[in-house]
Amino acid sequence: METQFAIKVILIVVLVAFAAFLMLPGKGARHLALRRLSMLLLLVVLVVAVIFPSLVTQLANFVGVGRGTDLLLYGLIVVFIGNSLVQQRRHRKTELEITRLARLFAIENAPDAATVFAQPAPSPGSGTGEETDRNTPSVR
Amino acid sequence: MEQRTWLVVPLYNEATVVREVIATAKKTFSRIVCVDDGSSDASAAEAAAGGAVVVRHPINLGQGAAIRTGLDYALRDPAADYFVTFDSDGQHRVEDALAMVQRLDSEPLDVVVGSRFLDKRTTLSPIKRLVLRAGVLFERMSSRVELTDAHNGLRALNRHAAESITIEQNRMAHASEIVAEIGRKKLRYAEQPVHILYTDYSRSKGQSVWNSVNILSDLFIK
Repeated sequence: METQFAIKVILIVVLVAFAAFLMLPGKGARHLALRRLSMLLLLVVLVVAVIFPSLVTQLANFVGVGRGTDLLLYGLIVVFIGNSLVQQRRHRKTELEITRLARLFAIENAPDAATVFAQPAPSPGSGTGEETDRNTPSVR
Repeated sequence: MEQRTWLVVPLYNEATVVREVIATAKKTFSRIVCVDDGSSDASAAEAAAGGAVVVRHPINLGQGAAIRTGLDYALRDPAADYFVTFDSDGQHRVEDALAMVQRLDSEPLDVVVGSRFLDKRTTLSPIKRLVLRAGVLFERMSSRVELTDAHNGLRALNRHAAESITIEQNRMAHASEIVAEIGRKKLRYAEQPVHILYTDYSRSKGQSVWNSVNILSDLFIK
């Protein structure tokens, strides 16, 4: 129990940091830079781990995890969650942009709001219905 | 006053009822915009046949986006002073909408929001009532806007409110977002007791209480 204290703290801190990242609004340049730097760091760590496997085990023992492979697994999980969060945020941003685009498109293709009901239609549907139908093909 | 009011009706796959809903509302409000949110049935044609002007989203975006589109569209009419969000499934009553617009016209208010819980007319299942109550508590704490009904689709807005309320939540969380916006933009608001007509049809299409989980996560996760 006590031996794994360090890794527990590290994992919890990282996961809480992810949660905070999730709630805070992102800042473009810094965000991108941080993501690229952490990617680079990850690659460097990986190369080192491949060349010196014993280093991983030593590090694992240092933070209180038994084997190097366990540490790698923890790392993998953390990176996976982080990556999911980044993707989710990017997905939301794209969604917002698509929404703006589609809404603008819809309004531009509709008849002019100021005049569409200006003359009262003779019977419900006939006047305005045609107006709408005429515009339908351009929307589709 | 009715001539200066636009009904904004988000529309998604309601072809069986929307024509009658629009035709009924049309007797009171001549200006109705239906925002067809990419329906796969004949909703758009039915709404046009009922007498509404139809604005069509090229893809399905969600009710929040449809309301914002409808408001943006109606705002282009310089003669429009009042905007009413109205559901397309026939659960709202036109006389409630009219009473809300009359309050906007006569009282110093920016927004009038419908509430099911100001009187005893609306009956709900206990679980739905509980979820809606929790929603109200949550909104009161997060927005400091004191409302009794968290998710009522019937709202009347004046031009200032219609222009200033931002809706970025595409899906159902927009209702909470509108409440938050009322607080953020310091709009003057009041509640109006309304009666919701829970027909078998609207019940069959009604929101599952599971949606409260989705709404919360939509609101919190940026």
